[in-house]
Amino acid sequence: MNKTTLLKSFKIAVLFGFFPFLGFSQNLLNSGSVQGNFQLDAQYYQKDSTIGANEVSEKMLMNAFANIIYSNGNFSAGLRYESYRNPMLGFDNRFKGSGIAYRYATYKVDDFDITVGNFYEQFGSGMIFRSYEERNLGYDNAMDGVRVNFNPLQGIMLKAIIGTQRFFWDVGPGIVRGGDAEFALNDIIPSFSDSRTKLTFGGSIVSKYQPSEEILFDASKKYNLPENVAAFAGRVNISRGKINLNAEYAYKVNDPNSENSFIYRHGEALLVSASYSKKGLGIILTGKRVDNMAFKSKRTEVGNMLNINYLPTLTKQHAYSLSAIYPYATQPNGEMGIQGEIVYSIPKNTLLGGKYGVEIKLNYSRATSIEKDTSGLNIIGYEGGTKGYRSNFFEFGNELYFQDFNIEISKKINNRLKGSLSWVNLIYNEQIIEGHEAPSVYANVFIADINYKITPLKSIRTEIQHLSTKQDEGNWVMGMLEYSIAPLWFFSISDQYNYGNEIDVKKIHYYNIGVGYNKNSSRIQMSYGKQREGILCVGGVCRQVPAAYGFNLTITSSF
Amino acid sequence: MKKIIFIAFCLFITNFGFSQTETPKTKKLPSITIKTVDGKTIKTSEISNNGKPIIISFWALWCKPCQKELSTIAEVYDEWQKETGVKLVAVSIDDARSSSRVLPTVNGNNWTYEVLLDVNGDFKRAMNVNMIPHTFLLNGKGEIVWQHTSFAEGSELELIELVRKLNRGEDISEKK
Repeated sequence: MNKTTLLKSFKIAVLFGFFPFLGFSQNLLNSGSVQGNFQLDAQYYQKDSTIGANEVSEKMLMNAFANIIYSNGNFSAGLRYESYRNPMLGFDNRFKGSGIAYRYATYKVDDFDITVGNFYEQFGSGMIFRSYEERNLGYDNAMDGVRVNFNPLQGIMLKAIIGTQRFFWDVGPGIVRGGDAEFALNDIIPSFSDSRTKLTFGGSIVSKYQPSEEILFDASKKYNLPENVAAFAGRVNISRGKINLNAEYAYKVNDPNSENSFIYRHGEALLVSASYSKKGLGIILTGKRVDNMAFKSKRTEVGNMLNINYLPTLTKQHAYSLSAIYPYATQPNGEMGIQGEIVYSIPKNTLLGGKYGVEIKLNYSRATSIEKDTSGLNIIGYEGGTKGYRSNFFEFGNELYFQDFNIEISKKINNRLKGSLSWVNLIYNEQIIEGHEAPSVYANVFIADINYKITPLKSIRTEIQHLSTKQDEGNWVMGMLEYSIAPLWFFSISDQYNYGNEIDVKKIHYYNIGVGYNKNSSRIQMSYGKQREGILCVGGVCRQVPAAYGFNLTITSSF
Repeated sequence: MKKIIFIAFCLFITNFGFSQTETPKTKKLPSITIKTVDGKTIKTSEISNNGKPIIISFWALWCKPCQKELSTIAEVYDEWQKETGVKLVAVSIDDARSSSRVLPTVNGNNWTYEVLLDVNGDFKRAMNVNMIPHTFLLNGKGEIVWQHTSFAEGSELELIELVRKLNRGEDISEKK
């Protein structure tokens, strides 16, 4: 082939390449849509040695992100730009920087749905695989790879994933791959479609690969580490009328890692729930067992990053500031947990219910250790390491990790006044949950939340809370007053006072004043005051928040 | 390389936005596979209400203002439905920790909404929800015409007024 024919064919190729693209882009421009959102959090820090708020050399720290999604028919693509200049206190400093942390493209064709790039996904309840994000906690284990969803028949859903996991601005060293299948029997078998009993079952398998590395058991022996670790799970959901049953069991082969002190024991988890509900009454019982189920794509990683799975916590997530002082988080190395809840509405126009009815919520949860027998375990077949322990699957351990009994009664008095009263009684094993030497905390919390409507759009809300305990920091009292002009404005003033602290200089007022403005899907919120050091938990992940003092700004917007 | 992708994407978007000005903006619901509270799998693009408006409200069991919004609307929901034909779809973003508690709570509270479980936030992300409560209003054609975050007593009055306007055929788009 000489030069001119080469040039000619090149021109033709360009021409042919260009025209379809032009047509395509024309099409993209005419019928697609762009959506997105944005959030910025910034704080100006002031030093306050009494609460332990240190000087911040940047004076001001900021976290921000923006998502942009373009979609057109069966195609969509998106990205998220994140900026931490520098990460706010409480966020891992390894987030420092700016850039595109998340980008993907998805195409749907016939029964397939293909994603390349980053994605979030969950198999069943997530006990062997869940990638997700909690932006407000700095938690993100997005996958970077490929996902294929296939829906061959009504009622059959197949998923396959492969990729690595986000690790700050990089990815972890392990490869995660897996598949999930779910069958909804009532959709698959035509004669079942009208049955009152609904049956769905599913199963999944996930495997991680990480090359072996040299980790010493003692001065002369090193661990023989498995490079591939597989996990399996099966689940079933049955519902009939008012009754709903859910169960999932997960199994993981031996996976010596830093979280489990390099033992060669398998991992297991079971989650079951049964509920009965009808109009005005809901009852649910749940139970779980977790045994050696830390599953990360890097065997030496500890903490919140590179989790492959998610182990749900079976305790109520409290929404008031004093009842949320002592939150619980699942102990992946071993835990038995139960929870029960009753939600009941006393009907309107009855003796107890009054004109508007009364709502009652009762909740109880308890988490303990698992039984562990470490006797007679020899070093087994490997150069180092043992099976760790034996454990009876159905036996509760002796150590109490957490217990919570709480009741909430809500009542509307008249068209202007309504409110709720709550009592929370909890036991919090500080040594296990926070990992430092301390006695367990026994606390009682009382909360009154009252709402008064001045005009149809203006209302005042007040919260009065009291926490009493002889342990940890002692008693707290909290008051809050909020004034709102719907739907645009919020003003609030609050104070948390640790009056029961044994140390006089720690009897501190944590005051805060704030204002918020909402217009459609945008919100600006400013506050000034002191923030208590503690654990902040959202959606199952907890983060230690340092004490802070200063001015805080949040802007959030969707378009 | 990342910067180049970003610039290209921005150019693409701005270009797109520019050419878009001539055609009316219609945002419909994305197609996300999601479960109903009784375990059925549906696609969010199939949410419909016989040509009447739809309210979509994102909430969670740990979110007090969200539950206030839903219980405030529950008191007047029958009247709203009779008057305007509007339907409310309550999308719970509770994850596996508490998603099984959603159905007993909804029933125990006497809520008659259609309830969906967005356990891994797929629908939430596709709708660009940052904070909850986040409420969307769809017109009879299934187009998203209004959205709002947060709830204060009285916000429901604005919401139903917008539904009435939609039924009268008025334009309530955010551009105004």
